[in-house]
Amino acid sequence: MPKKQFENDESTYDKLKHLGKQIKNQLEDPDSDDLTFDTQVRSRSNVEYDEKKGRLALGDSYSTRKFLNISHARKFMQTLLVASKTKELVDSGRTASIREVYYQLKHSVPGLDENTFDDQDESNNVVVDIETATGAIREDLHLFAEKKGSLFGPIVINDSGDEIDCMNMGTSGLAIPSIVDHYEFVEHDADFILLVETSAMVNRLVEEDFHKEQNAIIISAGGQPSRGVRRLINIMHDRLELPVYVFTDGDPWGYYIYSVLKSGSMSLAFQSDRLATPDAKLIGMTMEDIEEYGLEHVTEDLKGKPKDSGGPTKDYKRIHDVMDYEWMQNEQWQAQFQKMLDKGVRVEQQALAANSLEFVANEYLPEKIENEEFLD
Amino acid sequence: MANGVEEGMDAEGGDHREISVAEFFEKNKHLLGFENAQKSIITVVKEAVDNSLDACEEDEILPEVHVLIDEYDDGKCRVEIRDNAIGLDRETIPKVFGKLLYGSKFHKLQQSRGQQGIGISASAMYAQLTTGEPVTVYSKQEGEPCHRFVVRIDTEKNEPEILEDEVVDPESDEFPGEKDYYFDHGTSIEMDIEAKYTHGHHSVYNYLKHTAIMNPYARVVLREPDGNKVEFPRVSKELPDKPKEIKPHLHGVELGVVLRMINNSNARTVSSFLQEEFTRVGRTSAQHVCEEAGIDDGRRPNTLEKEEVEDILQAAENVKLQSPPTDCLSPIGEDLMEKGLTKELNPEFTETITRKPTVYKGNPFQVEVGLAWGGDIEDEGSFEELRYANKVPLLYKKSACVTTKAIENVSWNRYNISQTGNRPQGPLYISIHIASVWVPFTSEGKEAVANYDPIRKEMKLALQEAGRKLGKYLKRKERREIQEKKKRQLTSYAKEMAPAIADLAENGNEEEMEDKIQQLVHDDYNPEQL
Repeated sequence: MPKKQFENDESTYDKLKHLGKQIKNQLEDPDSDDLTFDTQVRSRSNVEYDEKKGRLALGDSYSTRKFLNISHARKFMQTLLVASKTKELVDSGRTASIREVYYQLKHSVPGLDENTFDDQDESNNVVVDIETATGAIREDLHLFAEKKGSLFGPIVINDSGDEIDCMNMGTSGLAIPSIVDHYEFVEHDADFILLVETSAMVNRLVEEDFHKEQNAIIISAGGQPSRGVRRLINIMHDRLELPVYVFTDGDPWGYYIYSVLKSGSMSLAFQSDRLATPDAKLIGMTMEDIEEYGLEHVTEDLKGKPKDSGGPTKDYKRIHDVMDYEWMQNEQWQAQFQKMLDKGVRVEQQALAANSLEFVANEYLPEKIENEEFLD
Repeated sequence: MANGVEEGMDAEGGDHREISVAEFFEKNKHLLGFENAQKSIITVVKEAVDNSLDACEEDEILPEVHVLIDEYDDGKCRVEIRDNAIGLDRETIPKVFGKLLYGSKFHKLQQSRGQQGIGISASAMYAQLTTGEPVTVYSKQEGEPCHRFVVRIDTEKNEPEILEDEVVDPESDEFPGEKDYYFDHGTSIEMDIEAKYTHGHHSVYNYLKHTAIMNPYARVVLREPDGNKVEFPRVSKELPDKPKEIKPHLHGVELGVVLRMINNSNARTVSSFLQEEFTRVGRTSAQHVCEEAGIDDGRRPNTLEKEEVEDILQAAENVKLQSPPTDCLSPIGEDLMEKGLTKELNPEFTETITRKPTVYKGNPFQVEVGLAWGGDIEDEGSFEELRYANKVPLLYKKSACVTTKAIENVSWNRYNISQTGNRPQGPLYISIHIASVWVPFTSEGKEAVANYDPIRKEMKLALQEAGRKLGKYLKRKERREIQEKKKRQLTSYAKEMAPAIADLAENGNEEEMEDKIQQLVHDDYNPEQL
């Protein structure tokens, strides 16, 4: 394979070098009695909802990581290890998965009964730290994650010189990598993009030729959409000017998937402009669907205890959590959650199979699109 | 006086047949610590060892006590206890061991271990009762021949019955046991008793160990039935100050005692009786007490009715009297207590506190506590308690004892010591000593000290004072450990980081960088700070 060179390589390299210089200068400064670097605070307290843009943004709280602070020291060391490793990747024109980086750097620290990294979460967190500390995003750092999600539909994509016709991908679809910025959209004949929560539902739609019949680009999220999926939808929406519909279960977990795609997530709020698609709309499942399509007998009871009888716990707690987010404060959404609480039920996408297998592809989705029946 | 046995026996009379004290004992031996075979052997050892230590201290001799136990038959033990005290003269020997309530300490108010003259003869009684064997006593005074007596008690008359009485050459074969020690003076007793020799908390071993902790100037040797020899060494040649005798104080004395004092007194007037027989009563105070009681202070004391004596005691409560002198107390002191704890427990940290003497209802008392932490002390969850009254270990009835209540009244977690309920946890020994001429035991068995507010308060204050010191030590230790752990971590991290920084910054020497990081770590290390 040829060396991988990205357009930001030079600035990424400088940013990493700058971080090293900063630490080195502190070491050489006789007045400096600690080693520090600053990183943006990524907890909810520093996440703001930009109503005008319709997405989350990171506030301007910075926290200083100090080597001599015992609760920072380990992370400080880890950050430098990962930073130096990514600089090596950029320099040598290689990319590595975040799992590979984890394994490359994991070893026992001599003299201590501990490892440099205990699990991949630790190294993943450090990667985000480096992103906020240097301003270079993960993709720029030559790091990628496992492929997650797949795509079907009338579009031809050029990936590093190879053209991929996504209409002829059988039942497998195009596996979506974590880095999609280099994709070029050669041609397409799509009317809209449909992001689907479960891959089982995607299988159903593909089997019913929904993408062909409706000129739809179907993307499966497989649960919470990955950075790759979110970035891909973001650029497709931008460049192709296609509407984006999100199809999830009718429960707080599904609606949160929608919210992440639309407005961004808290932990990656600093990248919302790249990852969020504020124009996305929810096509279903809605609480009204239950009556409209006669699904009363195939709903699932909410788990846990409601607020007024010892709760909220489990599903009920999640409803209240999501309901309380600043970006969920509109009448439509509040009404959905309120209905969910009142009925005490949730409804899955696949409940639609109660009518018939092809019902979702032939009636439910086309009708909703036709009637522009969306939640926004 | 906490002396129900004795009072009870005095009161016998009228239509009732008079029973001897010995007979009384036979029926009530549980009151004196002989309720079962396991406890009885501890009681026998305890009474003898207490006597030996008292006798040595009385004459300012550094005590040497040997306890030799052989199991000669199933459930039967021969117990020998030897000491190096001044020894007893020929006339006294049979009475001490063959007559109940014959003692040197009962008639005086002075802090001592034994009080009632009942202990050792009760042991002899117990021996006689359970094995039928008499007691053998050897005693030698300096420059005098060694006497050997074989004595039994005539239980009906409460009189010693001398079976053998001879003079022996202490260096001859007749002198008992292995001659691994010999003194020019001392007493040795041998008795055969029904006994169960056990290990664990309630054991002879533990009793002697506790004794050794509180009496570090004594050398105590124990030979267990299996031949195992234990030495509790002497670590100090300094004896605590000898306690002074004291007269009773009007504010603490009981009616029965006053009545007896009147009988024994030669005083001609109530006023002189009060002045002569009680401490801190002068002419003016005596006058005030009598005026307050409405009694002519010139009357002969033996004309006083019982009710009138009661009136006098009542009146005395309203008259301000000076507190009794406290030189009648003999605490062992902070240094000796620390030596005792250190030698037997080998802890990492010891703190001892001797409080100033205090007076409760006319009775002076003094509290001492010691805390021993860590080192060889194992962490078995809960702390261990060492309770003492007049230097005598208390092994039984822990939960009824004021010491336990005092410990539970302290917030140990304020001193960095974890707590379960109210009880401190960890590798901790808490020793509490109360010294008094009159220790208020909860019962005749003298096993637990009554939970009186002023006593508990003194104990609590002492525990808090010692606890603060221990807490400070633990805090510092914890800080040191945290700082050391931090230093260890950072030192290792520095090695990981130096190459990474050199790579990132490009122009830099790894080793130089590591040295500089290590310098930062070194400068940051301060074991005194958190």
